[in-house]
Amino acid sequence: YLPFISPSASMHLMSSELFTLTYGALVTQLCKDYENDEDVNKQLDKMGYNIGVRLIEDFLARSNVGRCHDFRETADVIAKVAFKMYLGITPSITNWSPAGDEFSLILENNPLVDFVELPDNHSSLIYSNLLCGVLRGALEMVQMAVDVKFVQDTLKGDGVTEIRMKFVRRIEDNLPAGEE
Amino acid sequence: EQEKGLGALEGVGFRVGQGLSERLTKETPSFKDELDVLKFLCKDLWVTVFKKQVDNLRTNHQGTYMLQDDHFLLLSQLSNGKQYLEEAPKFLAFTCGLVKGALSNLGFDSTVTAEVLVMPCSKFQVVIQKS
Repeated sequence: YLPFISPSASMHLMSSELFTLTYGALVTQLCKDYENDEDVNKQLDKMGYNIGVRLIEDFLARSNVGRCHDFRETADVIAKVAFKMYLGITPSITNWSPAGDEFSLILENNPLVDFVELPDNHSSLIYSNLLCGVLRGALEMVQMAVDVKFVQDTLKGDGVTEIRMKFVRRIEDNLPAGEE
Repeated sequence: EQEKGLGALEGVGFRVGQGLSERLTKETPSFKDELDVLKFLCKDLWVTVFKKQVDNLRTNHQGTYMLQDDHFLLLSQLSNGKQYLEEAPKFLAFTCGLVKGALSNLGFDSTVTAEVLVMPCSKFQVVIQKS
């Protein structure tokens, strides 16, 4: 039972349920439309990508963060600003590769999966794969090509949810011919 | 192709409507009549999803209701002119499903259609099926 909360706060809580419900309904519909989990995973990634390439503008406008100087700064901004802003959580950053080009985001809870259970016949479904697409699309718009994937998932019985992000390469702007 | 897409959107809305109406009515006592249920849709459900109440509810007291939202949230980012009027149904399909799903969870079968005559005002017609 919830303690008393102000009307505006409860509106926010309601919105989070709406969000979780809508995401769940979306995934359910995709499972109906596509025969196998792999295709659903791809669709989720693609949808996420389309969201990410637009979301980055909203993020930059609202967060006022400047350009990141390296991948470590990028990781910090993603975990502490972006995730907080859009999902209300702050994942921790761990498992940096020696080259500094790969790290993990550990989510202790994932709002997308509140009240969600994966049925047995969808063991290859990456339920929250939309998030990977969002991160990939958003970073592409700021000149970074990255690989993003889930390596642990509480929905599948793991203790935490872990997203692995790898920096692939810098995307150079294509300058028109004749310009410096 | 468009038909299939709209059907899918309505399906998503339906599931959300079912879940949401379940959550929202957990603590409330049961509704005294059909009109009460529609009022709940126009107030609590609409506020949760669209951050405002329905502006106008009309009924013929024989199972048909008209819900009018003068500043429908999903259309508010589109231009007020005629240029996107054709696209409006895509934004309404989810909501039709939402209303159907909410009503279904509360024990009512219905058909829900929507129209936009002037942006961003949308009208939803709900016909409760007689059991």
